Amino acid sequence: MLLTNQHVNPHKWVEKYADYLYLYAITRIRDEEQARDLVQETFLAALERVDKFEGKSTERTWLTAILKNKIIDVYRKKSSGLINNDISEAGNEQEVFFEDDGHWTREHQPVAFGIENYDPLYHKEFNRVLQNCMQKLPALWMAVFTMKHMDDEATDTICAELKVSSANFWVIIHRAKLNLRACLQKNWI
Amino acid sequence: MNELKKIQYNCRKATFLIEKRMIGKITFREAIELRIHLAGCSVCRLFEKQSVLINKMVQQLFAPINTTEVRLDDNYKKELHNRIEEAINKN
Repeated sequence: MLLTNQHVNPHKWVEKYADYLYLYAITRIRDEEQARDLVQETFLAALERVDKFEGKSTERTWLTAILKNKIIDVYRKKSSGLINNDISEAGNEQEVFFEDDGHWTREHQPVAFGIENYDPLYHKEFNRVLQNCMQKLPALWMAVFTMKHMDDEATDTICAELKVSSANFWVIIHRAKLNLRACLQKNWI
Repeated sequence: MNELKKIQYNCRKATFLIEKRMIGKITFREAIELRIHLAGCSVCRLFEKQSVLINKMVQQLFAPINTTEVRLDDNYKKELHNRIEEAINKN
């Protein structure tokens, strides 16, 4: 069966794509064991439907799409049932950023990171702090934030996949950024 | 207090609109309100700058250039390879 599909060569999959898929998973899941499992599941799921792959995209793109769906499943499981909790809980936490009248509180108002004006892309230390701060976000926020900013998914898609209302989506985007920024300020400066 | 005053003095709402504008749409009225707020609020201007920076960094965080350190260990890969071969042979 496999040999009849000239577009794929599963014998080479691990060698060619395992590291790439693992990196893709670990950056979105932050759990080594789970990320490894997902890579394996992706290959096995791909094998089962290998006859449907028509070679319209590259093998890697096709495998990544399968992995991506599995990651969204993980997000969904992690955040299901938490949706209401997540929003209200962290809502309280956010109150420290602003006074009742909506002004920044003196203690939490943004101050310069000191790296606003140069290209920080190769700044490893800042990247490390950023990753740690992202991990502190509640599961649902992390899922929304990652899908939006890392994968540039359409807002409608994210709302549908994670069963979040449009209003809550914007609340989460706002609060995730407030928290992330505050965490960076606290741990970087 | 009229609506305009409210936003003018409301950093919570201004930061919400900053985030919304960056990845979606805000209304014309909201855009004007935000502009007025930002004209008078240097702290929110800094917030916006940092927010843009954070988005940019998150996008770049896992660009291929940073990837050489993260790899699956070889033993796991061997096992994985064997499992795939097994599954192929079953068919």
